[in-house]
Amino acid sequence: MAKDFEVQVLEDVTIRFAGDSGDGMQLTGSQFSNTTALFGNDLSTLPDYPAEIRAPAGTLYGVSGFQLHFSSLEISTPGDSPDVLVAMNPAALKVNLKDIKPGATIVVNENAFDPKNLKLAHYESNPLEDNSLAGFNVIMVPLSKQTAAALEGLQLSMKDIERTKNFFALGLMYWLFDRPLEPTLAWIEQKFKKKQIYLEANQKALTAGYYYGENTEIFMTRYHVKPAKLEKGSYRSISGNEAVALGFVAASYKAGIPLFLGSYPITPASEILQELSNFKNFGVKTFQAEDEIAGIASAIGASFAGNLAVTTTSGPGLALKSEAIGLAVMTELPLVIVDVQRGGPSTGLPTKTEQSDLLQAMYGRNGESPVPILAASTPSDCFDMAFEACRIAVKYMTPVFLLSEGYLANGSEPWKIPDVDSLPEIPVNYWKDKETYNIYARDENLSRPWAIPGTPGLEHRIGGLEKAHIYGTVSYVPENHEFMVRMRDAKVKKIQDEIPDLVVAGDQDADLLIAAWGGTYGSVTEAVGNLRKKGHKVAQVHFKYIHPFPKNTKEVLTKFKQILVPERNLGQLSKLLKSAFLVDVIEFNKIQGSPFKSSEIENKIISLIGGENVN
Amino acid sequence: MSTNNVMENVKLTAKDFATNQDVRWCPGCGDYSILAQVQRVSPDLGIPKEKFVWVSGIGCSSRFPYYMNTYGFHSIHGRAPAIATGVKLANPDLSVWVAAGDGDLLSIGGNHFIHACRRNIDMKVILFNNRIYGLTKGQYSPTSEKGKKTKSSPYGSIDFPFLPVNMAVASGATFVARSLDRDPKHLQAMMFRAAAHHGLAFIEVYQNCNIFNDGAYEPLTDKETKADNVVVLEHGKPLIYGKNNEKGIRMDGMNPVVVDLSKGEYSVNDLWIHDEFDENPGRSFVLAHFSDLKDFPTPIGVFRQIQKSTYDGDLFAQLDEVTKLKGKGDLAKLFRSGNTWEVA
Repeated sequence: MAKDFEVQVLEDVTIRFAGDSGDGMQLTGSQFSNTTALFGNDLSTLPDYPAEIRAPAGTLYGVSGFQLHFSSLEISTPGDSPDVLVAMNPAALKVNLKDIKPGATIVVNENAFDPKNLKLAHYESNPLEDNSLAGFNVIMVPLSKQTAAALEGLQLSMKDIERTKNFFALGLMYWLFDRPLEPTLAWIEQKFKKKQIYLEANQKALTAGYYYGENTEIFMTRYHVKPAKLEKGSYRSISGNEAVALGFVAASYKAGIPLFLGSYPITPASEILQELSNFKNFGVKTFQAEDEIAGIASAIGASFAGNLAVTTTSGPGLALKSEAIGLAVMTELPLVIVDVQRGGPSTGLPTKTEQSDLLQAMYGRNGESPVPILAASTPSDCFDMAFEACRIAVKYMTPVFLLSEGYLANGSEPWKIPDVDSLPEIPVNYWKDKETYNIYARDENLSRPWAIPGTPGLEHRIGGLEKAHIYGTVSYVPENHEFMVRMRDAKVKKIQDEIPDLVVAGDQDADLLIAAWGGTYGSVTEAVGNLRKKGHKVAQVHFKYIHPFPKNTKEVLTKFKQILVPERNLGQLSKLLKSAFLVDVIEFNKIQGSPFKSSEIENKIISLIGGENVN
Repeated sequence: MSTNNVMENVKLTAKDFATNQDVRWCPGCGDYSILAQVQRVSPDLGIPKEKFVWVSGIGCSSRFPYYMNTYGFHSIHGRAPAIATGVKLANPDLSVWVAAGDGDLLSIGGNHFIHACRRNIDMKVILFNNRIYGLTKGQYSPTSEKGKKTKSSPYGSIDFPFLPVNMAVASGATFVARSLDRDPKHLQAMMFRAAAHHGLAFIEVYQNCNIFNDGAYEPLTDKETKADNVVVLEHGKPLIYGKNNEKGIRMDGMNPVVVDLSKGEYSVNDLWIHDEFDENPGRSFVLAHFSDLKDFPTPIGVFRQIQKSTYDGDLFAQLDEVTKLKGKGDLAKLFRSGNTWEVA
């Protein structure tokens, strides 16, 4: 018999699942996200996992987490501090306790709090017993034992039983937040259709978790978060890396030429390669090269031969590709270079997010080597910007950077599925005419003809040596060199003519403008929204095009008394803005491998315009 | 297939493959001969001119594409095999050729070279091996002999050299040959063979740098000494050499032995019979290793030719296969894959 529980309606909830890297927390989190998306909430996720694949069980450095924020309103961040923490072991509790809200609910697997695990987590006494968690709503669940009981009768090893306890925890959370089990039951059915025993075990554990909530009195309240009123349309949940992959396939379709990806696996960009390798029936060619350099070099070769060529990497890989990017600049071939940024320098923090490769993209090559730079602002925006990067590359015959970052790449949110016909066309006109043909002649966009091998009569040579204007033969003539350096620069600047102007959001008459770029969008948007609700005047602009800057950038920047630039580096956009527009900006920098909390930005703004701090 | 090819029925000549650019190699450079042989054989390969793509890296020999009136790409140091791979995968209908020096292909570009061999990309790789860095003016290269005195090794190089043929064979190249810049006929024959091969064809050309490493191959090219120092590999024929064909190589277990046929102890019937198509790469290694052995001749010719599926062939076969299986991609459907929901 179902008891009558109090149902409390909430506007939004932030929940974090945390456990060993082998506990399946990423899977649990993404299942909760999918179900929540299908339920109609707006949501934003933040997976956070260690660089080690299976760090020793129970250790602090082996803790993997997945946070998601869901709401009946539109939201733009994965949430500052969790309202609910699900901790599968003492290490997960210890690592995550500092992040959660005062009074938050902590659901723990009490069976994991044994002397061995407590010692591994460097707990001197059991936090479940020593009153150190006073002030939190601690819910102790014998997760391991309950899972084992639910699976009694199935021929499973202890190890296998342990591995299904995440589904028990997920079931319990589905009950607590009033979500349906069906989407995950269907997913398990599909995933384990060839392993009947795991199918049964996982479904049983999930259902048992749900009914554990229903039949015990560990929770007195259930929570309900109503569907959000999103813009009308069809939606699906999408991560930034998936969105980049789809953006490329869409661009290839609209351009009418095959997509070629040359890439070398690197965290956190590998999923783009993996995704695209599925799409062979779209004519997508993925070449997993021997190294980063071969990744881009093969893409340049494919571009020369007429494919829509892209390469994907992260910071260290981008460093290796620098020389080849210069070659693409010199040979004026279309190419998109995706940098899914991570913590640097060197190997840095491979699985943590950062936005510190902007200056590498801008300047990280020998000689005067201008490359357009686009930066995605949200996971779903990765689709639009990947498409846009391809369009610009082809139209202007140039390599183009698309900067994403770990947090966008792995994070997901609802994506309003676009109508294929509404996507812009990407005209591709390979040069055919022998009579009027000069390989470095330029059209109205200053771009040169794309004449591909196999076309009779257009045989020509290109390369990294300086090219003679119009004819494209090797030229060491000093004046020609300066002319061509200026020409390549002018061509990239010309893109400014068609990119959208900056749009000032918020209060046009505010004294303070927040100017941000890339993945900082969500935190800034939420902070500005919160402050405006409280009556503060704040304005916001967001840069998705950084090189060249939108045409009205100077006009916008000089309208405000103060400009705050929050970024997760030591002031890279700030430097560019200061040098390009001679404006003063206030830098606000955080370099901790995680996104800004919106409260951090709110408090920074408060410190500038006055008001009361938020927690 | 070549459509709209106005040149279709016109027989091209070597001149049609020359560009209007002045060739800027040093007078007397071995590269001239290689260029001449390539231009000579190109009209007879049965490939429309517009389908040739010559890709190079950096170095003296990497200027090669500028002198070929075909499509060409003079790229960056060491990366030619990777760029050529991209060209071939973008359009498998093209005939893709790489021109590379020993520093370019084996030092900075060693990784790309071995992986192109491993994948058996259908392209031709011509190594201009002069055993020296020419364009940087005379430092030792990865094929320079140990002890060599150069500008960067005034007391003698302490590097052991690579044997390029062995690298290619060990990496899985399906056609491996060696020739000499000063033996135009042989070089042309090797070019024809390489062009006809389906898969990665590698030709090591011993090439003289008359400025920084002059005479490196003189014992192999000089009329007086050539016969005693070079053994020409021919399929099904014994390994025989010498001014009067008086010397031969026989195998003693796994070891090659030079024998004198004039003394009556051994005859032609005792000699090693060359088998280009031997699946086992062992004999190719032994042959390539001759240059490390005292008093052994240097083999030229086709070391090895085997048939294996190519990466490019398999790539397109897989695209077709998956398309047959799943149907031609539907973008709208792809957008909607996974769970979707409607907001009214």
